[in-house]
This record gives sequence, C-alpha cells and structure tokens, in this order.
Amino acid sequence: MVAAAPGKNGVVMSALLSIEHLSIAFGGLTAVDDFSLALPTGGLFGLIGPNGAGKTTIFNLLTGMYQPDHGTVRLNDRLLTGLRPSRIAAAGVARTFQNIRLFPQLSVQDNVRVAAHVHTTHGMASALLRTANYARDEAAQQALALRLLALFGLDDRALTRARHLPYGDQRRLEIVRALAMEPTVLLLDEPAAGMNLQEKKCLRELIRRIRDEFALSILLIEHDMGLVMDICEQVVVLDYGKIIAAGPPAQIQNDPRVIEAYLGEVQ
Amino acid sequence: MTKLLQTLMDGVSVGSLYALIALGYTMVYGILQFINFAHSDIFMLGAWGAFVIAQCLGLTLPGAHAPLWAAFAALGGAMALCGTMGFVIERAAYRPLRHAPRLNVLITAIGVSLLLENIGQLSFVFGTQPQRMPALFPDTTLCTVLGVQLRLVDCMVMGIAVTLMLGLQWLIFHTRVGRAMRAVSFCPHIAALMGISVDRIVSLTFVIGSMLAAAAGVLYAAKYPGLNQSAHPTWILLGLKAFVAAVVGGIGNVRGAMLGGLLIGVVELFGAAYLSPHLRDLYVFSLLIVMLLWRPQGLLAQHRLEKV
Amino acid sequence: MSQTVKKNLRVLLLSVGLAAVLHGVIVPMVGPFAGKLLTDIGMNIILAVSLTMVNGFTGQFSIGHAGFMAVGGYVAGLITYYGAFFLWGSTQLVPGFFSPGVGLFVVACLVGGLVAAALGYLVGLPSLRLRGDYLAIVTLGFGEIIRVVLQQTNDVIFSVDELRRASFATLVTSVGGALGFTGLPFYTTAFWVYVFVALTVVVAYRLKFSSYGRAFLAIRDDELAAEAMGINTTQLKIRAFVLAAFFAGIAGALFAHEIGTTLNPRELGFQKSFDIIIMVVLGGMGSISGAVLAAIVLTLLPEWLRFFAEYRLIVYALVLILMMILRPQGLLGLHELWEQSWWPRRRGKMVSS
Repeated sequence: MVAAAPGKNGVVMSALLSIEHLSIAFGGLTAVDDFSLALPTGGLFGLIGPNGAGKTTIFNLLTGMYQPDHGTVRLNDRLLTGLRPSRIAAAGVARTFQNIRLFPQLSVQDNVRVAAHVHTTHGMASALLRTANYARDEAAQQALALRLLALFGLDDRALTRARHLPYGDQRRLEIVRALAMEPTVLLLDEPAAGMNLQEKKCLRELIRRIRDEFALSILLIEHDMGLVMDICEQVVVLDYGKIIAAGPPAQIQNDPRVIEAYLGEVQ
Repeated sequence: MTKLLQTLMDGVSVGSLYALIALGYTMVYGILQFINFAHSDIFMLGAWGAFVIAQCLGLTLPGAHAPLWAAFAALGGAMALCGTMGFVIERAAYRPLRHAPRLNVLITAIGVSLLLENIGQLSFVFGTQPQRMPALFPDTTLCTVLGVQLRLVDCMVMGIAVTLMLGLQWLIFHTRVGRAMRAVSFCPHIAALMGISVDRIVSLTFVIGSMLAAAAGVLYAAKYPGLNQSAHPTWILLGLKAFVAAVVGGIGNVRGAMLGGLLIGVVELFGAAYLSPHLRDLYVFSLLIVMLLWRPQGLLAQHRLEKV
Repeated sequence: MSQTVKKNLRVLLLSVGLAAVLHGVIVPMVGPFAGKLLTDIGMNIILAVSLTMVNGFTGQFSIGHAGFMAVGGYVAGLITYYGAFFLWGSTQLVPGFFSPGVGLFVVACLVGGLVAAALGYLVGLPSLRLRGDYLAIVTLGFGEIIRVVLQQTNDVIFSVDELRRASFATLVTSVGGALGFTGLPFYTTAFWVYVFVALTVVVAYRLKFSSYGRAFLAIRDDELAAEAMGINTTQLKIRAFVLAAFFAGIAGALFAHEIGTTLNPRELGFQKSFDIIIMVVLGGMGSISGAVLAAIVLTLLPEWLRFFAEYRLIVYALVLILMMILRPQGLLGLHELWEQSWWPRRRGKMVSS
C-alpha cells in the first residue's frame, strides 16, 4: 500500500482515493492482481510498467468500465465499486483515454460542454420549456467551457469539429474535457503519447499547473520515464498485473526489479 | 402424450431450420459485429430458388413421385445460388463499409433486404402470387412411434439439417480454415498480422452462412409447401425468430446458434399447441425480451469485454 | 408573466397561427387532393423528425417506428369511436371546429401518444441497457408483433345494441383485425396535423440545442466516452426513444382519423418503418430540417412519379445502399438548413458548427 505520508508519527494523511486489493481476471488470464493504492489529496502519482501490465485495466476498473472480481475503490470513504461509470464520473473521477476518444463530430466547445452536463441542475422538461434555470445553466456551461479552452489555448478554435484538430491539440482537448467535469481525481492515460520533446516539456508544466490550480489529485500512466520521474511524487510499477515496486522516483529508478522487468525508455 | 411427442418433434424439426438460419447470423456477427438483415432474404431466396429449379426439372404438383435426386438437385442448386448471392452482397454492399460506423452498415443491410424482397416481387422474377412447392420428398410415413407419425419429410429435414450442422462444426473446430475463421472473429487485426486474409475469411463466412440459409429455405419449403411471395412478412418473421435463436444461444457462438434454434422451435411449437396458435411469434419475442433482461450475452457465450 | 411563459406563449401562438393559415387559406386554395397531400406531408414530418431523435441524435437504430404509430392510432381510435358512443350515444363525427368531438379527438391523440410512449419504455428498457444493435432487432420484432396481434383482433362493433352489451375487454379487442379499424370519424384536418408538427419540431429543436441534445450527440459519437464523462447513457437513450415513440403515436392517431385512409395493420408494418427510415437517412441523421425536407420530398415523389410506383421500393433500396457507400451523411448530415457552415463557402476556410 503506497501512501503519501507514512504514519511514523501516528498522523496518517487520509487518502482521497483509496484502492484496496483490486483484482480482475479475464477468462484464465489474471490482468490485475491485488492492486492497492492510496492517492492523497493533491497527490501526483505515476503508474508505469511494460505494455500489457494492466495499467489501463486499472483505470477501467477505477472508472467502472470493468467490475473487479475482488477489491474496492473508495473516494473519500464513498464506495465506488459497483457503480456505473457515469455515477463514478459524477462523483468526481475524470479520465482521458490511451487512444483519444473525443466526440469527433462535435465542436471543440461542445466536447467540453458535454462534460459539464454532469453538473446540470435543470431537467429535460426545463430544457424543453426554456426556463430561466435552463438559461442559467447554459450560460454557466458556456462560460466554463470558454474559460477552460482559453487556459489551454484552444478557444480560438472553439467551433472547429474536434476531428479536425491536430493530434497534439486533440490530446489537450481531452484533458480540458476531463477538467470540465470539475473532478477531484484526474486519471491521465499516456497523455504524452505521440508528442515530441517540446510538447512533452509543455505537458509537464501543464500537468503540474492543473494539479495546483484545480486542486486535483492526479494518477498518471506514462511510458516516458523522463516525464514520470520529473513530475510524479510517487511511482507505482506494475508487471503482469502485480505491483513490483512503489515509492519516490529516485528509489524506483534504482530498483533492480524494475530495471529487470522493464527496460524503460530513458529520455 | 401423443400430442406432447408430436409437438416436440415438430419443435425440433422447425428448430433445426431456425438453427441453420441462426448460424448465418451468428457467424457474420461473430466476425464483423453486425446483424445481417438481408440474411432472411437469402433464406427466402433459397426456398424460391428451389421452386424455380424444381419447375425447370419438370417436377409437377404434389402427388407425382419426385425422384430423390431431384430433391437434392434443388437443394444443391439453391445452396449454390444463395452462396453466390451472399458473396456478391458482401463484396458489393458491405465490404466498402467495412470501416464505416456500424449504423451505416445496418442501414445498408436493410436496404439490401428490401432490394431482394422487391426484386423478387417483380413479375419476371418470382411474381406477386404465392406458389405451391412441388413435393420434394414423397409424402410417406416411415413409421409410427407412440402415436407420433414419423413422416419422411420430417426425417429428411432433420437429417439434412443435422448433417449440415455437423459439417459446419467439423469445419470450424477441426480444420485450418475453421481456425482462421475463429481467429478472425476474435481479432481481425491480429489475424491479418498472422497472415490470414481477412477478406477471404469474411467472404467464406458469408458464403457458408448463405448456403445454410438456402438449405433451410429448401427444407422449410419441403415441410411447408405454401410459398408466400418474396415481400410477404412471413420471411422477415422467420428470419427474426432465427435471429432471436442466435441471441438466445449467444450471438457469435456457433454451438449457441444450434442450441438456440432448437430452443426457439420447441418454445414456439409448444406455445402454439398448448396456448394460442395465433400468437406463436409473440412467444418467441417474449423469450427474446426475457433473455435480454436476464442474460443478454446468451446461454453459451462468454461475456466479451470491449477494449477501452 | 415570466419570461419563460411569454416565450412559450409566443411559440404557441405562432404555431397555431401557421396551422390556421394552412388549414383556412392554403388547403381551400389547392383543393382536396393537394390538401390531403399536405396532411400526409405533415404526418410524415412528425414521423421523420421523431425518428431522427433516436437514430440521429442518439445514434441508436430503431426500425419499428410504424409499430408505435399503430399503437397510437388504435388507442386513439378506441377513444374516438367507442368513447364517443359512451359519451354521446353515437360514433358519428361531431361537426364544428372546436366541437366536443374535436376535443375528444385531441385527447385521443395525446392518449395514443402516451400509450405508445409507455410501450416505448417497455421495449426500450431491456434493449437500451445494452450496447450494440439489440434495439434494431427488438424494434423490428416489436413492429411485427404489434402487426400480428392486431390482425388477430375481432371485428369492429357497429350495432348499437351490441355496443351497449359489450364488456370493456371485448371493446378493446374489437378493432377490426386484418380488415382494419373502419368507421373512425374523420377528425384529422390540416390544422391539427400542423399544430402537432409544430410541437414535434419545436421539441426536437429545443432538445437538440440544449445540454441534453449535446449529451445525445455525444452518445452517438462515442457511447463509452459519453458514459465516462458522466452521462447516464442508458437513461438518455431511453428518454429519446420514449419521446420518439410518443410522437409516432400521435402521428398514428392523426393517420387513423384521416379521410381516405383506413387504419389497418398491414399498412403499418415494416414497409412503413422503412419509409420513415429512408426519410431520416436521406435528410441526414440528426438534422431536423433535413428530416423535414426529406419528408416533403419523399411524400411528394411517389405522387409525381406514379409510373414508377411498382419499382418505388427497389429504387429506394438502391438509393439507400448507394448513399451509405457514397454519402452516408445524407443531404445535411448533422447540420441544419440555417447553419451557414453547410453552404459551400470560400475555399480553404474549414469552419464547422
């Protein structure tokens, strides 16, 4: 179990997201085996491991896409396991995808506004009657969307269809979309994939900024060791579904088990 | 008791036909993840094709002694015709949409279905009048067991159906081609990387499925000689029930389709015999709803997770 | 009077006004034949726009829309026929623009729509929980089952004595069977059709251009991602489906009471569902104005091209197949007619909605 502050003096920082003994098997193949993690408020943790280690599967388990065979996930002591993904998202867990899953036919702006729908206060009847409540919600959604887009430099293309954006912008848009949900936990699945050195440098700053400005906790899956070692406070290493090492980046880098299992991409 | 056994036999007999049709649906769904709506029309084509062939062979209305080879000629001819149709349809209408959103292909399938039905209605094709299928098998009763008549027709229908299903089973589970088909149904991308021509396997799947549906059509016409015109809802309903069979058994699962077909046949015939004969379709449809509510992946299928 | 009420009142008055103009001015001008065409167009608009809510907005494939039409039509017919008898002792049409008969008719339409919506919920719930094409099969089955069940019903009761003696259960099942529900009073006028057309279009428009509409479109684009973004996809898919069934039911009620048509199960089978599908696909799935345009064109076309009536369905089928290969977005795609981005503008400017 990895926690932010070891309970040496008796004070244990309560975890925001507490994952305990998560396991799932597909047919005969155990994809994730006894995965536990405690992500504290404001934590920035990294999840690494070779391809097929089960990292995205863990994200899918956390977000409710898969139901675990064993184990629980709690957000502030609220049990998340067993809920459907939309409920988990509404509870405050947002994610991006390994292969970008934007809404291709919707505009940049609408992609973000859709994510804000989770916080609407008006019902469908109100939308049909165009009540004042509806108008308020719409205005708030629009304002939130434009503000977020501006922060990431995408507001000039607010009306462009998402599928027309260049790759790097699409990745950024996915993050913006996740932020529009006003989450407490953000799960980023290989946000640096396909980026060049310059873009990756910007990304590092971006992630840190997001964590600070939006008061989030972030769990990050990445293959780029430079990025992970640079920004993550704690790193968890997964191999064949099991945790083989966990701790601060410096410790992980020198861990022989990690080096053996995973000759990472050292940039 | 007699009624029970008779109903059971009818149910199994009809069920085996449903199974043959369901196999086509399930195989195509297994490989391409799409419901081929035009499949019921292949079934229709099989029946009508056999009718045309029988006419060409000079077979007349029931009463005449049709030589057994004629029946198999009609069967073979219909299977060849429908196999070709299946191949053509896949090439012309579905392959261009291989990578299109699923909704588009579904719509195309509906279009193909309607096309086949309405072309069949044209006067120079099958016409708008129902016809009567000449007797492919002499109407003799082989024997009577426990009061239940074992007619030759029923025996041939079940026999041929079972033979075809065993043949398919052997093909899929004991040949290289079958292994390729199964590989493609698991992951076409990887199968292609292994050197399997996905296009060819898809074509083969359509051809086999269509041939089975054709056989079902011929056998159906042998058992129920009143042939409705091609756009008549009967064909759609039969195809629909066969699809329910595929879903009940587990869509994408070959053995499931066979099991599902038999189950649907039995349910329908028992409902018709012991409840109301007019609501037979309702029983099958209700079974579909129950399955979707209770176990949507079907009886035999394993839950396949979508990769996120 | 609050802003909301004022806004809605404005829309209501506009719709009623337009409908009145169509009924009072246009129809008498163009004669009874064209007048009937106008009402047919109106009903098809309701059907196409409502189907686009399911197929277009949420990307689900429903192919039993005519089944909901049938439900709405028969339920409404029961009310205007047998209901009229119990209220006034006669099943004849009560003349007058706002007569009690017309009032009963409007109530019947709405009830028809509600019953269709209820059935929509029952049909949609098991199928829309699942991802995939199950809705298609279930709706196809539903349409066929409705048709088959209706064909088994008893003859319509004409004699007054019999009506008096009949039980509720008997009445409900005496809707004519395969011959159809004959004897329904002809309450459908251009006015009422277009009032409902306005209702349908306004609802569709307000839905599409709202937070819920965007959620629908997100479901269509990527259901899994939509779910991950906090959208309860099952709930929303069901809502769209139920709403669509409601309007289809209303269209069916209007159809049932139209002069020159007999409500009969054969006419509301798969072929009718297909007619509506092709309108939606041609217009562009998800485009309201597209659906309206396609409904107009495809209602008029068979009239103008009578000579090819025999080949109509073959041509439609071919058009559908070719369109899916060559231009799957139909005429307008997701766009609306009034969105400027649809008009071919200056080259090089890649602006979209």
